[in-house]
Amino acid sequence: MAEHYSSFEPKGTRWLLQRITAAFLVVVLAYHFLLLHFVNHAADITFAGTQVRMSQVGYFATMVLFLVTAAFHGVNGVYNALVNQGLDGTQQTVVKWSLVAAGTLLVVQGIRVASAMTGLF
Amino acid sequence: MSQSYDRGLIEDFGRWQEFSAGMWAWIFHKFTGWVLIGYLFTHVAVLSTATVDGATYTQTLQGLESLLLVRFLEVGLLAVAAFHILNGVRLLFVDLGVGLEAQDKAFYAALIATAAITVASIPTFLLGAF
Repeated sequence: MAEHYSSFEPKGTRWLLQRITAAFLVVVLAYHFLLLHFVNHAADITFAGTQVRMSQVGYFATMVLFLVTAAFHGVNGVYNALVNQGLDGTQQTVVKWSLVAAGTLLVVQGIRVASAMTGLF
Repeated sequence: MSQSYDRGLIEDFGRWQEFSAGMWAWIFHKFTGWVLIGYLFTHVAVLSTATVDGATYTQTLQGLESLLLVRFLEVGLLAVAAFHILNGVRLLFVDLGVGLEAQDKAFYAALIATAAITVASIPTFLLGAF
């Protein structure tokens, strides 16, 4: 029996980033759900309301940061899960770069959507 | 000093009858994680098709919200997100080495809190659906 099971020791950048993004996402994911399902009921959401929210610089920046951290956390989590399942060699390289491409595409498209929601583009 | 814990091969799901609370937490966290990343891609795809113009956006969202199935899927999404958040907080504490002796109780607490949040949210999600 170990006296201390902490794994908080140098384990690489991806491991640390997964924890940092988790701490951010815990707060912002809860905020996103509360705002768009409880404060504003989803069935009552209109483009005009979305435009008002997205036109605020702070809200827009928070949503873009939410998108980037969620995309990284999700894609990195999928990669780690697959490596845990025994993925290695060429397959691991192909999967890694496919996930990088999918995550990048998600972020780019997400920012395009967020920009469209401001009504300025 | 930290020490790694030999959890055995969780990926061998044939061992499920001997799984401990921590192992179930690991499995539920993976499952909810897969659902959430799948949903994120779907969410951006749906919003991409809706943000053609203001009228299309409003019609798409209100059209989806008029479907009872979507309302129930939203309740399911909240359950998945709530568990992933609560168990994620538990994992951050585990990583910091805080409250390790109660990590199994923290998992049960996350399950109970998820159930409570989900049940309490049902009236809000189903408001105006019938």
